[in-house]
Amino acid sequence: MSYIKPINHHPRLEKNKLGLTRRDYEGAISTLCAGCGHDSISACIIEACFQLNIEAYKVAKLSGIGCSSKAPAYFLNQSHGFNSVHGRMPSVATGANCANGDLLYLGISGDGDSASIGIGQFIHAIRRQINMVYFVENNGTYGLTKGQFSATNDLESKNKYGEDNLFKPIDLASMAIQLGASYVARSFSGDRDQLIPLIKGAIQHKGFALLDIISPCVTFNNHDSSTKSYDYIRNHNEAVGKTDFVPLGEEITTSYKSGSSVEVNLHDGSKIALEKVNSKFDPTNPGNSLNYIREKSEEGKLLTGLLYFDESSEDLHETLNLTKTPLNQLKQDELCPGEKALEIINESLS
Amino acid sequence: MDKKYLFKRNSIWWVKVAVPSKFREQFGFDLRQSTGEKDLDKALLVRDSIVSDLKSKFLGLNVEDKSTKDFLKKTDITDPQYFHKVVDCQYACPAHTNVPEYIRLIAQKKYTDAYMLNWESNVFPGILGRTCDRPCEPACRRTRTHDKPVAICRLKRVTYDNKGNIEDLIPETPKLKNGKKIAMIGAGPASLTVARDLLPLGYDCTIFEKDSKPGGLMRTNIPSFRLPESVLDEEVYRIIKMGADLKTNSYIQDLEPLINDFDAVFIGSGAPKGKDLDLPGRKEAKDNIHIGIDWLTSIAFEHTKEIGKKVLVIGGGNTAMDCCRSAVRLGAKDVKVTVRSPFNRMKASDWEIEEAMDEGIPILDNTSPKEFILDEKGKLCGMKFDKMVMKDIDGSSKLVPSGEEVIYECDDVLLAIGQDNAFPWIRKDIGIEFGEWDMPVVDKTTMQSSHPKVFFGGDAAWGPENIIWAVSHGHQAAISIDNFCSNVDLNNRPDPITNLVSQKMGIHEWSYDNDISQAKRFEVPHADLSKALDDLKMEVELGFDEKLALEEAQRCLNCDMQTVFEEDLCIECDACVDICPTDCINFIDNDTEQEIRGKLRVPALNLDQSLYVSGELKTKRRMVKDEDMCVHCGLCAERCPTGAWDMKKHKYIEGHTLNNKIKVKEVA
Repeated sequence: MSYIKPINHHPRLEKNKLGLTRRDYEGAISTLCAGCGHDSISACIIEACFQLNIEAYKVAKLSGIGCSSKAPAYFLNQSHGFNSVHGRMPSVATGANCANGDLLYLGISGDGDSASIGIGQFIHAIRRQINMVYFVENNGTYGLTKGQFSATNDLESKNKYGEDNLFKPIDLASMAIQLGASYVARSFSGDRDQLIPLIKGAIQHKGFALLDIISPCVTFNNHDSSTKSYDYIRNHNEAVGKTDFVPLGEEITTSYKSGSSVEVNLHDGSKIALEKVNSKFDPTNPGNSLNYIREKSEEGKLLTGLLYFDESSEDLHETLNLTKTPLNQLKQDELCPGEKALEIINESLS
Repeated sequence: MDKKYLFKRNSIWWVKVAVPSKFREQFGFDLRQSTGEKDLDKALLVRDSIVSDLKSKFLGLNVEDKSTKDFLKKTDITDPQYFHKVVDCQYACPAHTNVPEYIRLIAQKKYTDAYMLNWESNVFPGILGRTCDRPCEPACRRTRTHDKPVAICRLKRVTYDNKGNIEDLIPETPKLKNGKKIAMIGAGPASLTVARDLLPLGYDCTIFEKDSKPGGLMRTNIPSFRLPESVLDEEVYRIIKMGADLKTNSYIQDLEPLINDFDAVFIGSGAPKGKDLDLPGRKEAKDNIHIGIDWLTSIAFEHTKEIGKKVLVIGGGNTAMDCCRSAVRLGAKDVKVTVRSPFNRMKASDWEIEEAMDEGIPILDNTSPKEFILDEKGKLCGMKFDKMVMKDIDGSSKLVPSGEEVIYECDDVLLAIGQDNAFPWIRKDIGIEFGEWDMPVVDKTTMQSSHPKVFFGGDAAWGPENIIWAVSHGHQAAISIDNFCSNVDLNNRPDPITNLVSQKMGIHEWSYDNDISQAKRFEVPHADLSKALDDLKMEVELGFDEKLALEEAQRCLNCDMQTVFEEDLCIECDACVDICPTDCINFIDNDTEQEIRGKLRVPALNLDQSLYVSGELKTKRRMVKDEDMCVHCGLCAERCPTGAWDMKKHKYIEGHTLNNKIKVKEVA
């Protein structure tokens, strides 16, 4: 068993504007099961950060407990990290975000961490519009405790031992739209062409971005009667359209049929271009999105792609009018208003 | 009721699917198939599967693909040459020595096995471990993935230096001969290889040598400070001891009687004639002008023991390097090498140039000899040279005199400007055809001349090469002679012995050490220069000690551990793509080779290296792996959940008489 990935890389490996290669964004070698979808998601995060020229020290990786929550060890090993209590990652993210709005927050969670034990925290993080990217690495099973059903497992899906699932699933994407998340996308770990642009868009978005990523558990939930297996997702995946991330200052080069495309502007000036399959679908209308997700779900299809986007959202910092300077950089004179300010307050009370 | 696709024919329900216009030439207007059902309800049950079956005939197809594009085909890994080519060192070696295997044996301290593996293929591991031209090293994968190649040649020497007793492992020569007599002319590496390959089969081998000792140019032209006599004697006499009849001091005056007396004749007489330089003053100064290879020979046989104080060596090949270093050891105080071409075009191996320069010998490039200068007594006292420059003439760059002349003083001149073949002992009327430059006409595969009983090999066949080529020729000539004497078609060559076996020892455990050493190439220790320069026989390179050898052996990337892919098992989870440290693995839609090479994660620009292409996967994509940069770390196989990737050891042993008919023994 190899514990270290050889450090040598292809001599012609592409470099980004920082002079770094994709390999510079890697973490430790994964100890997840071979073939785990979570590793593919880690690879897509690596690729997205590489392509966006992100400086690793300006990123904080936050997670709870579960297979998914181990994943931050396997990418961006030069970033900050916080492995919190089970289901409590959103609280840690809220606190960290309030204290330092300068970092890019990547919350890595799973279906157990977010849809069961941490669902209360998950809901309020969305409601408060924490400026973060919230990944749900959704495999419909509790892999770390040997394959029980999770809250996102579909009703018709059996477990590895042939037992029936008795409860309807929670659809985290629909829930996030209802709660006011301003960027909601769903994707599949096995479709990196779709996933990478969605991650890039989510990183550039200001506000709460949810990425619900179906990530097959090769050990417990990749069997024939599973609805979250590689084969099942490949056969039932229906993308809302082809998604492209267009960096700031670059022209959209892909040509779409007139009337079938939507462009959404991200806060930093970059764009997401979406070629729609269905002309009735409008990703900026929450009601429309919810209906479409439900419609496809009833057809037995899994709708993927950028499902909802709100350009005009405001994040927690703006709502609470928090200081833009990270707390650890505030000086004494900025923190202490001084005697005069105290006098003014005291006088106002007298 | 929905009767889409269905129609009734003789009361049986049929399915009909319309063919899109672009496929009509191929399939007609529609495709039809019977459901075999009279009852509509039953027909409806099977309708959908029949429809999708029929549609699948044209759905994956693309009209353009069929007509104009030359799509990549699935790689045929059952062709032994495919993986042989991936093992760059073994592929580059003329004798196809199984390099990765012997390096692993060294790593396990099994030096005797490692030596015998070498001996099977290249016959002279001790000699070659010191003197080989090393075509394997520039080919080494590490030159592409890291920096310098594995010190393959020096590791070969390690097998010789550390081996145990091998006498019992040498194939036995049967007492009962097969009745065929073979003559070999010249006891150099080519003839000795032929003898080694034929003796165990029962052939009666007689070697004729003009000098008093066997070894050919290995003895006469390689100074003993590079190749100690003891090493040479051991490996040369091992073959003689197998039962060859060596006739020394036997210069062949005429080939014809041998052809009549023997069943076949092998000519491995080398390229023994050093080129001369016909310049003004050559005749007058002849006492102090020496032909390099003849001069080295007379040192080897201890006829020459001194040389003048100032020596000029003319030439830029390995012989020139040996001449200048020998001159220093004979007591010359001022030795210079002059080369007509620019430094970077010198023919000598880089390491031989380096060694000469390390010994303080200047190499003067762009210096073309013009005239020998004599003093008033008529003795050689210097040489005049033209300085040369590269100039563009008619679009190609040529070396021309710059107009500047230089004079270097000297007492002696050594000419090392090339060698010619010479066959004064082969009369032109005995049926051996000679072609351009008076070279024999020899078949590239069979080594047979235009006379069916006469075979050539080594430098005698196509001019000066190096020892490892002579060995390779020897193997091929032995096969031909064996076929010839057994009345088998000469083009019926033995197949290589190949094998492809999984190295999986358990989950994520391999039989080989797959950790990639990032160490730089280890330097070989040298003898103290001041002592070495005084002693003509003191070996300069000391070779790796065990510690260095083991560390250097770790640098080998195990290129014979092949990544083998089974598309039927693949679930396309991309784990291998993500883990591959050198980004070799891709899942991609099929296209032409040129298109695919450009579209990979890192474009595959090295066209000498193959692409490994799988069959079609479930998503219609293909796995395409660029063999160029693979470090054979096995991580793809470790991270594969289904075992679609496996690491398999590819054994490849070039076919020759010995391994096909008599097995070389292995250490118990």
